[in-house]
Amino acid sequence: MKLECKHVWEYISEYIDGRVDPQVKEDIERHLEHCEICSAILDSTRNILILTADDRTFELPVGFSERLHERLKKEIEGSETELKKK
Amino acid sequence: MQTKSANEGELIRRIVAGERELFHELIRPYERMVYLTVFSIVKNETDAEDGAQEAVINAYRHLASFRAEAKFSTWLTTIAINEGRKRLRRAKGAAEDSIEEQMEEKEGDYTPAPLTDWREIPLEALERKELREALRKAIAELPDIYRQVFTLRDLEELNIEETAQALGVNPGIVKVRLHRARIMLQKKLVPFLKTVAPARRGFFGRAL
Repeated sequence: MKLECKHVWEYISEYIDGRVDPQVKEDIERHLEHCEICSAILDSTRNILILTADDRTFELPVGFSERLHERLKKEIEGSETELKKK
Repeated sequence: MQTKSANEGELIRRIVAGERELFHELIRPYERMVYLTVFSIVKNETDAEDGAQEAVINAYRHLASFRAEAKFSTWLTTIAINEGRKRLRRAKGAAEDSIEEQMEEKEGDYTPAPLTDWREIPLEALERKELREALRKAIAELPDIYRQVFTLRDLEELNIEETAQALGVNPGIVKVRLHRARIMLQKKLVPFLKTVAPARRGFFGRAL
């Protein structure tokens, strides 16, 4: 089946996730071979996802881990004392 | 993966049996995930940090109720989501509670924006700080229901089913929201990319 651009767009997300049927996948790939616009849309969307997953895009606040484990340490010590009391 | 979850199961068993300090080790690989989950809901760093701490403490206190057939990461994400939502309710007041699980907008333009030059943008462009900032801003501006799905799926890399389970919606809804979120981001970032790499004008006159 020959796909139009707008049909390809409907499948972009699932195509990226590898969740389209083999037949649809083939149709999309045939379309991409000659459609520069859809190829660019697909690449740009993919690149956005790569960038999103990159640890440098979202960084934890400085000292986050230290503060978390400090708080956790107090909680654990507290719960152990409680247990001993019982 | 199997080794990881086997180790994890063993860790959990030992913690519940009384080696409580091992919880530090159990939670370490998930700190970032917990923080980002809460952040995707409360949208500010201070609340996200407080909420993440609270979620981790809650997970510690309720670890005995964790069942081995579930996935620890999904269980923990659910706790983080609940903590984030609790904080949001407190901040917004009960009146707005009902809009929390907004429905999909029926109308809306979820078509991507055309660009032809992306592939010519060198990989180094992705290293640029401005692009990261633009992306963070674009994600922050997504409507809540889309940002939450996008965060769990594309930032924390949970799969569709895990995302659905953590958010308490069905996988079909996750797919629709994910698709729309990705397209909205693509659209928002295109103008920015055009300024990074000037477009070849000819192509943009082309009708779609």
